[in-house]
Amino acid sequence: MGFRSVTTKTFDKRTTADAVIGKLRDGMTIGIGGWGPRRKPMALVRALLRSDLKDLTIVTYGGPEVGMLLAAGKVRKVIYGFVSLDAIPLEPYFRKAREAGGLEVLELDEGMLQWGLKAAALRLPFLPTRVGLGTDVFEQGGFKTVASPYGDGEVLLAMPAIPLDFALIHVHRADRMGNSQALGPDTYYDDWFAKAAKEVAISAEEVVDRLDHSYPEDAKANLFERCFVQHVVEAPGGAHPTSMPPAYGWDMAALKAYAASAAEEGGWDRYRDEKVGPDEAHYLAQAGGIEAISKLPFPIF
Amino acid sequence: MTAPDHTLAELLIVACSELYRDNGEIVATGIGPIPRLGASLAKSTHAPELLMTDGEAFLVEDPVPIGPRDYEDRKPAGYLPFSRYFDSAVWTGKRHAVVSPIQIDRFGQMNLSYIGGSFEKPKVQMLGARGFPGNTIHHINSMFVPAHSTRIFVPGEVDSVSSVGYNPARRLAGADFSGVDLRFIVTNLCVMDFGGPDHAIRLVSLHDGVSVDEVKAATGFDLIVDGTPPTTAAPTGEQLEIIARLDPHNIRATVLKGNPSGKRG
Repeated sequence: MGFRSVTTKTFDKRTTADAVIGKLRDGMTIGIGGWGPRRKPMALVRALLRSDLKDLTIVTYGGPEVGMLLAAGKVRKVIYGFVSLDAIPLEPYFRKAREAGGLEVLELDEGMLQWGLKAAALRLPFLPTRVGLGTDVFEQGGFKTVASPYGDGEVLLAMPAIPLDFALIHVHRADRMGNSQALGPDTYYDDWFAKAAKEVAISAEEVVDRLDHSYPEDAKANLFERCFVQHVVEAPGGAHPTSMPPAYGWDMAALKAYAASAAEEGGWDRYRDEKVGPDEAHYLAQAGGIEAISKLPFPIF
Repeated sequence: MTAPDHTLAELLIVACSELYRDNGEIVATGIGPIPRLGASLAKSTHAPELLMTDGEAFLVEDPVPIGPRDYEDRKPAGYLPFSRYFDSAVWTGKRHAVVSPIQIDRFGQMNLSYIGGSFEKPKVQMLGARGFPGNTIHHINSMFVPAHSTRIFVPGEVDSVSSVGYNPARRLAGADFSGVDLRFIVTNLCVMDFGGPDHAIRLVSLHDGVSVDEVKAATGFDLIVDGTPPTTAAPTGEQLEIIARLDPHNIRATVLKGNPSGKRG
């Protein structure tokens, strides 16, 4: 009986945004992390905008990515807790799509969305809640109820799991193995998007070989374990024009210009050609470069 | 004693601060400048027990002034990010939110979602239901209406029911609606509560110089009026000083059209 030959196995999840988007298929359900105009994986979204993908179901606490994907004709259905740019309360392309009719949507209470993601993460068919009862959200969403089997017999809304085929999430730091650190005051529900998905791509402001060598003191900023991460993409400025504190604030001028384009004839085509452009290098250059992005002030709430 | 000169906005901030009296140790959320200043004034005066955030993720014991300031100009005492908002504040019932919907009906049902058309094709898409369904079935809610009119206080039902009210037709059998707790409505004309029969909306006080008939004409449903309602309390000098400190850029002057005086009579 011999010993197995001693080999060093490489363990490397690093890839490119285009390669990640190449893994997606038409009709998939894609979860997008972040919250309104905050912490959005915009570099990955821009790669998606440049692709031929279509008929996607987008699940998100929506910001500009929802409007852009709608304008680009990528979306069949949106499942959302809201779609907002904060200082611009209603996402303009989302508003246009809703008022035109024909867009399939599931409008959820903000708490119901994270509850559905948690059900999917825990491999449960649903989780019970009182939220939605007594409102039009119940009928609009086609929800069903479940009665407590215990003595109380309470009737509750059964929030169905929202399983994701793929989740896109932007973090501050990652390493080649998929370890990650999400800094900043709030990470919203990014961890539940990761756990609700079959496959996860994270983009990061900085990718290192090993986080335990480079930033061991920030290990508590690891939001979800690396077994939930299959793809790691380095994307400095990758949340622009949304905010990514402590790296940078949102670019309100860029968000306002984007919002204004929704009211202009051929506005989206111009935004796509001039801003999104052929690749991320083009995008960052037209945004003023990473130095300018890193100086964007943090929003005050 | 004559009240010092004050604007209607300042009177409304004081009225909003009264909503948080004796609420206990709960999170005070005021959405928009006047409700937020009301919550901050309450915490700075009669209700130090209230929890408040800096508007982002940290709990503060000194309410943060509104408008432009230094990002680090806050002293975090605790942490309440959105990532734990539902299990800490909303679904546990430990919150009182003061919100401004686009329509309110006689049952206290609010609409934030859309106006006209249908859910499939709204005439005007508004914000969507956002957190209203969960807020209203779990914790205390009040409302702030800057322009009291029949467009907001609608006859019949609101176009889309974003929040739970006291409409018996929408009380699903077997479900628990005991958490529904609508308290007050503060408008530019008056303060109302849900103290009428079967939680009907009732006039509580009139702002200086406003008549019952004026309020009734601006309300699309029957309003309960018990006797002669008192006049809403005017701000004191101390309250005005605190408000000025909490709103150093005078954002409160931009909320109501023409920034009218609080003394109308």
